[in-house]
Amino acid sequence: MVAAASKCRSCREPAVIDLPRHNANFCAEHLQQLCRRQMQKAIEDYDMFSPDDRILVAVSGGKDSLAVWDMLIEAGYEADGFYVGLGIGDYSDESTRYVTAFAEERGLRLLTVDLRDEYGYDIPTAARATKRVPCSACGMSKRHLFDKAAVDGGYDVVVTGHNLDDEAAVLLGNVLHWDIEYLARQLPVLPAANGFPKKAKPLVRLTERETAAWCLLRGIDYLVEECPIAAGNRHLHHKGVLNSIEQESPSTKSAFYLNFIDNMAPLLADQTAAASGDLGRCVRCGAPTTGETCAFCRLVDKASTHEPVPVELVLGKRGRR
Amino acid sequence: MLVKMRNPKREIEMAGDRTVNHLLDALDLVRESHLVICNGTLVPGDARLAEDDVIEIRPVISGGC
Repeated sequence: MVAAASKCRSCREPAVIDLPRHNANFCAEHLQQLCRRQMQKAIEDYDMFSPDDRILVAVSGGKDSLAVWDMLIEAGYEADGFYVGLGIGDYSDESTRYVTAFAEERGLRLLTVDLRDEYGYDIPTAARATKRVPCSACGMSKRHLFDKAAVDGGYDVVVTGHNLDDEAAVLLGNVLHWDIEYLARQLPVLPAANGFPKKAKPLVRLTERETAAWCLLRGIDYLVEECPIAAGNRHLHHKGVLNSIEQESPSTKSAFYLNFIDNMAPLLADQTAAASGDLGRCVRCGAPTTGETCAFCRLVDKASTHEPVPVELVLGKRGRR
Repeated sequence: MLVKMRNPKREIEMAGDRTVNHLLDALDLVRESHLVICNGTLVPGDARLAEDDVIEIRPVISGGC
């Protein structure tokens, strides 16, 4: 390989990455500096949390959740990890190994819950039992367990590794359907309310390419393979569309999401208030719910009594190879 | 050069020197969706890759909902 001609914008040393949205190239050291600054700006601009808060980081073994955990610890925050074993065959086994190794190597506290061991089901079985797409059962299970772990453990905030690409893709999906309720709730931080813990997304100013580069440069081993069930889903399609636009018009993706937060979200604030009326408590588990029994307990009822379903039977379109 | 790709995992041989951007173009891959790693080191779009280099093209898009 011949060294790249491009130089770091900050120090003029050879660059390791080009970031067209910043119209700049960066060396390893200054790319990490950019990542730190973007995360800190998000934390401060959106009043996510303070150094005194106890943080619970939802980790999956992928690049984003391990990157945000690493960045928070490096910045001096008190952050424990929380991992849910989803029972998605070899993919979940590998995820567990990456998360466990990350925590052990750094001496960090990792809380874990295994769906099959503790609730009697896994995601492939839940998908079949509920006749819904697997990502629906997966997302709902994780949200419930993140909330429960945070409340039970007395944490001040749940942090997730959602990045700019994640948020822009969800925004695109919500705009395509003009789903006002979802749009109103698509914020980088949600306050604690109605029995739900505070939630924050410190990586919303960083792209997936930048969080992946952070992991690579910091020597963080993460699961590169995508979830075999999610492969080919609509969310991934929206990301691909946005990246094609980004290739032709750099910084469009960040403008789409960040300008929504600055200019549009405030106009929808009353919709958030209307959608967050008083909630009751689940008679089974005590979680906030609009009905007598929460959606998670209803899912457990259906899925835990269903015969276990192997992951191969619920693979996404691209996961069937 | 040997080019390692993911999702699904596969390896291909590409002939001739070329830049990272030209390699991505030749494979019809979008730069914003990938990192390129040459002999274990992250490289930018204008880095020139040689015949004996080992290249990993790592996708960065993940599907978590």
